[in-house]
Amino acid sequence: MTDHKTSKEQKYDRQLRLWGDHGQEALENAHVCLINATATGTEILKNLVLPGIGSFTIVDGHKVSGEDVGNKAQAATELLQELNGDVSGNFVEEVSVNVNQTYWSFTFSIYTHVLNHTYLRLGSVLWEAGVPFLICRTYGLIGYMRLIVKEHTVVESHPDNALEDLRLDQPFTELKHHVECYDLDNMEKKDHSHTPWIIVVAKYLEKWYSEHNSQLPKNYKEKEAFRQLIRAGILTNENGTPEDEENFEEAIKNVNTALNPTKVPSGTEEIFNAEQCENITAQSPSFWVIAHGVRDFVRNEGNGNLPVRGTIPDMIADSDKFIKLQNVYRDKAMKDAAVVSKHVEALLQSVGKPPESTSEQEIKLFCKNAAFLRVVRCRSLAEEYSVDTFNKDEITSCMDSTDSEMVLYLMLRSIDRFYQQHSRYPGVYNYQVEEDINKLKLCVNSLLQEYSLNVNVKDDYIHEFCRYGAAEPHTVAAFLGGSAAQEAIKIITHQFVPFNNTFLYNAMSQTSATFQL
Amino acid sequence: MADGEELMAVEGCGIGDWEGRWSHMQKFLERTGPFTHPDFEPSEETLQFLLETCKILVIGAGGLGCELLKNLALSGFRHIHVVDMDIIDLSNLNRQFLFRSKDVGRPKADVAAEFINQRVPGCNVVPHFKKIQDFDASFYRQFHIIVCGLDSIIARRWINGMLLSLLSYEDGVLDPSSIIPLIDGGTEGFKGNARVILPGMTACIDCTLELYPPQITFPMCTIASMPRLPEHCIEYVRVLQWPKDKPFGDAVGLDGDNPVHVQWVFQESLKRAAEFNITGVTYRLTQGVVKRIIPAVASTNAVIAAACATEVFKIATSAYIPLNNYLVFNDVDGLYTYTFEAELKDKCSACSQVPQKLQFPPSAKLQEVLEYLTENASLQMKSPAITATLEGKNKTLYLQTVASIEERTRPNLCKTLKELGLADGQELAVADVTTPQTVLFKLNFTSETCSIKHVQN
Repeated sequence: MTDHKTSKEQKYDRQLRLWGDHGQEALENAHVCLINATATGTEILKNLVLPGIGSFTIVDGHKVSGEDVGNKAQAATELLQELNGDVSGNFVEEVSVNVNQTYWSFTFSIYTHVLNHTYLRLGSVLWEAGVPFLICRTYGLIGYMRLIVKEHTVVESHPDNALEDLRLDQPFTELKHHVECYDLDNMEKKDHSHTPWIIVVAKYLEKWYSEHNSQLPKNYKEKEAFRQLIRAGILTNENGTPEDEENFEEAIKNVNTALNPTKVPSGTEEIFNAEQCENITAQSPSFWVIAHGVRDFVRNEGNGNLPVRGTIPDMIADSDKFIKLQNVYRDKAMKDAAVVSKHVEALLQSVGKPPESTSEQEIKLFCKNAAFLRVVRCRSLAEEYSVDTFNKDEITSCMDSTDSEMVLYLMLRSIDRFYQQHSRYPGVYNYQVEEDINKLKLCVNSLLQEYSLNVNVKDDYIHEFCRYGAAEPHTVAAFLGGSAAQEAIKIITHQFVPFNNTFLYNAMSQTSATFQL
Repeated sequence: MADGEELMAVEGCGIGDWEGRWSHMQKFLERTGPFTHPDFEPSEETLQFLLETCKILVIGAGGLGCELLKNLALSGFRHIHVVDMDIIDLSNLNRQFLFRSKDVGRPKADVAAEFINQRVPGCNVVPHFKKIQDFDASFYRQFHIIVCGLDSIIARRWINGMLLSLLSYEDGVLDPSSIIPLIDGGTEGFKGNARVILPGMTACIDCTLELYPPQITFPMCTIASMPRLPEHCIEYVRVLQWPKDKPFGDAVGLDGDNPVHVQWVFQESLKRAAEFNITGVTYRLTQGVVKRIIPAVASTNAVIAAACATEVFKIATSAYIPLNNYLVFNDVDGLYTYTFEAELKDKCSACSQVPQKLQFPPSAKLQEVLEYLTENASLQMKSPAITATLEGKNKTLYLQTVASIEERTRPNLCKTLKELGLADGQELAVADVTTPQTVLFKLNFTSETCSIKHVQN
């Protein structure tokens, strides 16, 4: 237990409490590429440099306006590097993105601004190379993000409100034995009042079973009766008034969730049934190898259940009783994880890989999070843009409400269409605004026609987008900068869950929406 | 394209504005549009107002404050004051980007102002290395808009109370020119919120006190004799063992920023934990519990500060209808935002004109009144000082914050309201750190047979 904290640990302390040392390590090993050093792009990078991204490369050939020396990429690189000495950055001056470059050496690619035919081609290269790609753009008061990653697995999703894994409906042997050690009817008051509520519920459940044919309380009426049964067990004093037994009150309060049937959550079930889990090869990422191992456990030693998670919530109890109970769950979790390890070992052997390919730590972490696993698969840009595969249903149903953020997406698509036709964005100069409204409307209509979209895009939005004149106001770029950087961090650390796959922010109404396009 | 200024890269330029510097903003100020505020009129004067006249106060130069200052400076605001009572710590540098390691130990307000003034030509940030309570009404009155990036609910309530005290009414009608809009941002890990408060018109901080999650506290009996978690062991050392052992001297209090102190707490917590077979005490956890550390990252602060700055812009220019009035953000799973209108609370102790009532039987002890003031969900006072006018003289019934007065008035807590000479209908003045103004309560005696549980306002 080292008491010396490195200055890096101190500097990053506030974020280490969110993604841990292993998350920080992943961040420090990442190399991010930013294409186009726009306000949005530099804001995103700033929010990656500050937490200590390993390195970054900026690709941008444009010149800083009004300057003779240097170009945008260079200026941005220098400013960003100065924010954090731990980070190394470099730049490439290229006005048009050379798609043959080694973009696949990057952990992550971010693209801001400009021409859509460039990012479509880039998108397909990165898709093949398996490099996660994030497109971000600020247009007037609208922010847009599109995440493209073929398959992204998350073990540590850190759910906000996770249900506990207490197994009260299917107590494992060690838990049963432990509960047997308690005799609630013959305890000193002090012990009675400091017995963990989990034990209390388990004991009264046994009573209930004997009177109800071993059936769990199912509906509200039965659960209420069960609660009353527990309440009746509260000790009374000489006058017959109930004592203050907080642990019993806790038991009563927790009846609702404590009796939830233990089962494999549907999300995890889907992962078990995925093709990648079924067919393990020497190339399979460890996520799928371990998933297969856990699945084997579930189907055998687990009797249909995941490995025990091993944690219990804090509750009123004396230290000794609580620690002993906690250890029962912890020990079982370790046992289960060890069995999973054996399955994983056998699996690795069968595909000719050494057992060290997955670490004990990885397996333990996976088992602990088995109920919270997530896999995010984004559709490709090609699928989004093709007339045959675009998500017509999503667009049409959202547009039932004409002020849905979906209209902003359609406007951005129309704006790009405008650029393709006129080699400029609408309304950049004051004199253009009025004329361009009609021209933009034609683009909107041609877009809707091409995709056979029978939706109503209000004229107000067409006017508003002309009004924007491709402005990139700083506060909107900053909002997107924070949002995008965190999505990048999620992808790099494999912690928390990224959005899937289109995010729109409206700074006028301060609302947002996520669509899967 | 005038992109140069977003990079803050333009060194050596004069104070003047180069061609196209504010072209982004101009599109919103000089053009008509379908979604603008009904009062909006396109004009070149609005930009001039932003650049030359509009005065903004930023409270806090930390995670949100740094972002706010940058956002405002790059949006054309040039007359900005910033107040912060803190100095820079190494752990700030992962997100408070106006600071560098060489700045550790210096006042945040000063360094932040220096940075912005140097990098953004024409911008003039005036720093104040002070507490917000060090300023009076005349200071706050000079600003058009106030935007907060605070880390304390008490401070928020204080500034909220200050702006409410500036409101003036003529014949019961609120004078709109006395309203200073307050934009408040808050973040915690991956969660954040931004809200717009128009004092006297929309929900204030105290109207929505229940929205704030309760602070984490541990019951004393758990700490003292029945620890179960590593946190309990650390709290034991912090609250009970340190005052007893006085490891660094008689009058030396535990300083969470002193690594030697934290190290001591860590070692003692390990010993305590070992006694009870509790695992999990680490240095990081120890520091977290001692300092009540809230995890923080650059990204959440960037998002919330951006939303706040957008609102400052909207209000300063009337370009768009401002947020009405509360935005919640969470990017743990995807990105989630929720926007709603927080409602004015009818009998809010801070902003409603309704006199606050205290209903107690005359046999109730002063202690009960004190507990009501601190525990009632709508009041949540911290250490209220209660005074009353008795026999023409102002008498302090109980005051906690000055040791000598606390000792002198402590016996009053056990006395009944009748014994203290209080009458039905009497006014009690209550002062507290949560408000710059004394709150007046009317004491109503209930009959003795009434239950002690008093009616909530």
